[in-house]
Amino acid sequence: MARYLLSRLGQSLILLLIVSFIGFAVLTLAPGGPLSQFALSPGMTQEQIDKIASQMGLDRPVVVQYFDWLSHLVIGDWGTSYRDGQSVLHVIGSHLFATLLLMGTATVISVTLGSSIGIYSALRRGGAFDYTMTVFAMVALSIPTFWFGLIAIYIFSLNLGWLPAGNMYTVGDGSVLDYVRHLIMPATVLALVDVAIWSRYMRTSTLNVVNQDFVRTAKAKGLTRRRVLFKHIVGNSLVPMITLAGLQLPMVLGGALVTETVFTWPGMGRLFLDSLGYSDYPVVMGLLMASAMLVLVGNLLADITVALIDPRIRLD
Amino acid sequence: MTTLSTNSTERKPLIKSRALRRFLSHKLALIGTVMVLTLTFACFVGPYLLPYDELYIDLMSRFAPPGTNGHIFGTDPLGRDIAARLFHAGQISMAVGFAVMIIATCIGSVIGVISGYYGGAVSAVLMRVVDAFLSFPSVFLLLALAAFIQPGPVMIALIISATSWMEVARIVEAEVKSLRNQDFVQAAQMLGLSNRWIMFRELLPNAIGPIIVAATLTVARAILLEAYISFLGYGIQPPLPSWGNMLNGAQQYLANAPWLAIVPGVAITIAVAGFNFIGDGLRDAFDSRSDLG
Repeated sequence: MARYLLSRLGQSLILLLIVSFIGFAVLTLAPGGPLSQFALSPGMTQEQIDKIASQMGLDRPVVVQYFDWLSHLVIGDWGTSYRDGQSVLHVIGSHLFATLLLMGTATVISVTLGSSIGIYSALRRGGAFDYTMTVFAMVALSIPTFWFGLIAIYIFSLNLGWLPAGNMYTVGDGSVLDYVRHLIMPATVLALVDVAIWSRYMRTSTLNVVNQDFVRTAKAKGLTRRRVLFKHIVGNSLVPMITLAGLQLPMVLGGALVTETVFTWPGMGRLFLDSLGYSDYPVVMGLLMASAMLVLVGNLLADITVALIDPRIRLD
Repeated sequence: MTTLSTNSTERKPLIKSRALRRFLSHKLALIGTVMVLTLTFACFVGPYLLPYDELYIDLMSRFAPPGTNGHIFGTDPLGRDIAARLFHAGQISMAVGFAVMIIATCIGSVIGVISGYYGGAVSAVLMRVVDAFLSFPSVFLLLALAAFIQPGPVMIALIISATSWMEVARIVEAEVKSLRNQDFVQAAQMLGLSNRWIMFRELLPNAIGPIIVAATLTVARAILLEAYISFLGYGIQPPLPSWGNMLNGAQQYLANAPWLAIVPGVAITIAVAGFNFIGDGLRDAFDSRSDLG
């Protein structure tokens, strides 16, 4: 087990290194660059721009800049935001909670709803429900998340007035109920695509488990249908879903970015767009790294959980 | 007897026609085909049938609701005809979708076939790069690229391709890996054919089914991604319309002019769902196991 963990950890670190290099190279080599903002200022001479470049260390070769940035990153110095001079780590940290809250709630919704739909579809394979859900899943995968958000706001905020159209809490309120009211719409919108994906995979996974020998044994032992379903089928078909949850993370995070924009949710996605608008390279780069880390840690946790549950992997 | 023997020698066309028959009996796939064809027809012929040009600005008829004065989908904040803009935008959005399909499929196939054929260290390195690209949330990377490059439609297609080739690479790699040790590949190697010939003439054609499926789904994905980044203001830039950038300003007028948001969103959903349905049908058609169930 320890060896498995170590090798997975090593793989993740290597992956993170590649990701950081791709991200850094792309941002640094893209035309424009951090200096374009200064070049816009009318009184700016080329001399002054060069001076700023050398002060910021931007005149060095990309590889040197990368290792400089990386060595600071490792010791927790992610640079300072061009916009307000705050440390990047601090800026990202202050937006992390909102995004994790949104993603967490959306995941809970999609896992519960998606797996229920998937299991039911599998047990009634080929029935009307199964067919309807197949079509539903494919349509849901085709709706742009942000557009679904706009339509939800139009119906539930503007016409029915049931839910707030944006933000995470009402200024001066901040009770749990207030947070929940603000959370319902963005979390549901974000969960939609995932419900579709989860229901499809859960259906396949359940179909695989239903035909296994141990299910036949359980039935042959004379266990009730309910007991076979919940003790033997559901548990086992959920195991591959843990890995899926890890693999889905980049999509959920990407979805969170647009959902946050539509619902003015103060998370990392909004921060990312704001930073892009200001050409705030250190924050953009920090967010790319933070999101990649989030994804890799998520995948690692998923693999560890599966290894803990499934003895076959542990023995390897 | 004679009929039997001809049947067995003409294997390939038979398989082809069986795949075609399976596709045609796939209800969703047919619906998808109709959706895509209708939308394409509307986008390319529609503009000639409409009374208004997509650039014609009429400040006197701003925010006209659908149906007024021949504006079938209403007008936008500048009084431009939404239908005309929608069709023109459709041409651009779908062109981006197809361009991405071609570029991403080529990149993915080349990387996949090299990785699958050579195996070992080459494969390890290439597949780690694929993993690295997959662990970025693609919208983040796309936006970062689009924001700093300030692109036109061609650049947008390239950028979306840069984040969409991994799926094809993985599929091709798996397929090639499973074929690599088969007799016909060893025969080709013994004949002294070049590695390039074996990879692209012998191995790749065998993976054509899964590649076509992935390519179809890539069109859907690309149209969606273009909509995302254009909606956020970093994709196709006005005055050039795209389905995404038509939605860009829609949120602030949601209360008074909801058609601004509804119309392009429905178009995107129809296009993306259409390609997804077709892709699903193709997958079932190419999958010989689906005969059993």
